[in-house]
Amino acid sequence: MPRTWTWGLAAIALVIALVLPLSLSNFHLFQFSQVYIYAIALLGLNILTGYNGQISLGHGAFYAIGAYTTAIMIDQWSVPYGWTIPVAGVLCLVVGFLFGIPALRLEGLYLALATFALALAVPQILKYFEHWTGGSQGIVLGKPNPPWGLPINPDQWLYFLTLGILVVLLVLAANLLRGRTGRAVVAIRDNAIAAQSMGVNTALYKSLTFGVSAAYTGVAGALSAVTVAYVAPDSFDVFLSITFLVGIVIGGLASISGAIFGALFIQFVPNLAQDISKAAPWAIYGVFLIVFMYAMPRGIVGTVRLALARRLRRRAEPAAAPAGSPR
Amino acid sequence: MDTLIQQVVSGLATGGIYGSLALALVMIYQATEVVNYAQGQMAVFSTYLAWSMLNAGLPYWVAFAATLAIAFVGGLLLERILIRPVENAPVLTIVIVCIGLLVILNSVSGWIYSYIQKPFPSPFSSRPIQVGNIYFGAHDLGALGVTLVLLAALYAFFRFTTLGLAMRAAAQNPVSSRLCGIRVGWMLAVGWGLAAMVGAVGGMMVAPVVFLDPNMMSGILIYAFASATLGGFTSPGGAVLGGLIVGVIENLVGTYVSFIGTELKLTVALALILIVLLVRPSGLFGRATVHRV
Amino acid sequence: MAALLDVRNLEARYGDTRVLRGLSFEVAEGGITTILGANGAGKTTTLRAVCGMVKTAGEITLGGTRIEGRATEDIVRLGVGHVPEVRGTFVQLSVAENLRLGAYARRDLRHLSADMDRVYGYFPVLAERRQQVAGTLSGGEQQMLAVARALMLRPRLLLLDEPSLGLAPLVVREIFRIIRTINREERVSVLLVEQNASLALRLADHAYLMETGTVVMSGPADELRQNDGIRRAYLGY
Repeated sequence: MPRTWTWGLAAIALVIALVLPLSLSNFHLFQFSQVYIYAIALLGLNILTGYNGQISLGHGAFYAIGAYTTAIMIDQWSVPYGWTIPVAGVLCLVVGFLFGIPALRLEGLYLALATFALALAVPQILKYFEHWTGGSQGIVLGKPNPPWGLPINPDQWLYFLTLGILVVLLVLAANLLRGRTGRAVVAIRDNAIAAQSMGVNTALYKSLTFGVSAAYTGVAGALSAVTVAYVAPDSFDVFLSITFLVGIVIGGLASISGAIFGALFIQFVPNLAQDISKAAPWAIYGVFLIVFMYAMPRGIVGTVRLALARRLRRRAEPAAAPAGSPR
Repeated sequence: MDTLIQQVVSGLATGGIYGSLALALVMIYQATEVVNYAQGQMAVFSTYLAWSMLNAGLPYWVAFAATLAIAFVGGLLLERILIRPVENAPVLTIVIVCIGLLVILNSVSGWIYSYIQKPFPSPFSSRPIQVGNIYFGAHDLGALGVTLVLLAALYAFFRFTTLGLAMRAAAQNPVSSRLCGIRVGWMLAVGWGLAAMVGAVGGMMVAPVVFLDPNMMSGILIYAFASATLGGFTSPGGAVLGGLIVGVIENLVGTYVSFIGTELKLTVALALILIVLLVRPSGLFGRATVHRV
Repeated sequence: MAALLDVRNLEARYGDTRVLRGLSFEVAEGGITTILGANGAGKTTTLRAVCGMVKTAGEITLGGTRIEGRATEDIVRLGVGHVPEVRGTFVQLSVAENLRLGAYARRDLRHLSADMDRVYGYFPVLAERRQQVAGTLSGGEQQMLAVARALMLRPRLLLLDEPSLGLAPLVVREIFRIIRTINREERVSVLLVEQNASLALRLADHAYLMETGTVVMSGPADELRQNDGIRRAYLGY
């Protein structure tokens, strides 16, 4: 898609996002804050899985690390929440990078299994270290007030905060992935051996990508602790990691805007399913998943890209060859 | 020593169930590179159907056989109807479809049968069987026996029948199989049917022990993953053996290591997965994937 | 002689690239036809198109039946045996199992063991190795296995994609001798795609020359062998 189009659409989306608080209730603002938070997490996972081809079923773990870092810093050491967010990000960057090193030996299915096992272990580990994490009860935080005496309510403040961080991280990701780094990352996904023989330090890139991906998701986790004002082990179970995977596939692998569509899906479709059927809401959700995958196997953004590419190709095609040829 | 033997046999019995589910997972993975996350839920749903039949008064083994038949047809139809439209899509897309199936089956099971645990009968007596000084649970031995008979039948099918040969060929090399006139799509469907059948047997053997509820298989699915990882996702025999080993390890650790209660038992399975993946990702019997440059 | 295989105006593409453009040729019933051409001319794609392995436009008629657009396994069941460039043996299965699979599509299994014996007769080295895993065979042996498997089908039409590729000359001569025998004794029509023009022209009755997806020259094999242009470009003298 031409760059001007992309920037144009992004600008329109941003304007809509900025205007939304005027017409939404506090609860809806909270829901949209969640969407932005999920989008950051999905961006993180997409960098790793979509662009770099390393499948992770365990990103809920980094979300949890980010959330608990914030919660513990606020609860035990009264650190202002603003500082906890970059700390969570850096911590997850390091943890992700370190995890990326043994992960170098694992491919496809095996990496998925390892991250799956990790995701399963997270609630148990959180409950085990009760002294820090508050065990099954979790940690309760207070909702922050808008800074500098701004004339908006806490929910509106959190809305703009999450939106702002999302925009910054989106632009950062777009720049990272557009240049040489991005090409190297994708090259590793498509043909690691060829990339390596062309001088790309695959080991370093793969571990770094893991780190950056974890950092994004950790920041999202930190923000969720701040907005929800509560963390508990059972909210970070394996289903969260699977939800993230659903989000990036639905939104579109290897796409930045896909993170937003995916986030909208995972935030609102479960509610929609509940409205449709009180008795078996998850069955409806499952139907949504399957129907979506039939209609758009490459996700929302992937399908749009394909459709646009086809139209462009048809316009560029010369007239068909004349019928008949010498026998 | 007697306790040890008892625990080993008990572990083998549960291991047989893990191995069955692991086998079902590996069968589908070998043919499609997709892990069917809904395998456990399909087994649960089949077990619920068996429960309905038993509730309606059918004799056990009649209900058992009927459930196997329904599971086979169900698995086959699921592949043809649900998976076929996306069979050429990226792997993750198919995974999401399987997750959708998982969620649907779980939710529908809960809706029809409620989330209250139900007892499920065992066809084997509740009196222990005595061999020398050791007492074995009749259900343990019976479940192990059923599992082994099932696996032997499957092995014979794949090894000695033409259809089995064609299915193996279709899983290994779909392109060449088509050039032999094999309808690869239908081979896949039969594979799903057989996997569903294997899962149903596992479900019916484990339900008497853990009681029937929609989430019955979630824990077991994790053990099945551990089994398949240990044995090797590319080796059906390895998956079964892996299951037996995992079952025995789980039981022995639970018995002899005091601080591992029921919660941490799961951690044992997870630790096993991680250790195997770190040391030898392809498992005991799997082949390491060789990438042709 | 009537044409067993009749291809008209075949078009095929991989993604955006047109590989076959307006391709037309015939395989006479009971004859050996060869398609020559350099790398990238589209020869392999032609065979794959006949077998329904690529999307095509145009007409393909086999013994009076239109087969374009049909699934590969259905075309095979009509009696088309394809020995692909990559040989495609089932490397984890034994030689005997490979051969058994070759006969999978047959309705009539009465003469199955007689057929296996006959195929072992053509390729004695396979008989020696019948329980061996196919992946452990040498390149030449795997090529023989691939041809043998196709023969187990009792095909009307045998498609061979560059059978000489990567094989020692002695082995190649042997395989070509067997192809001639099969054609004469069992009346199997053959469509042979080859880069090795001199071998192919000595074996075939009729020849086509392909360049960038279409036929540029055709005629009886003997004529093409004498043709100066072909001699210089493809026969090397």
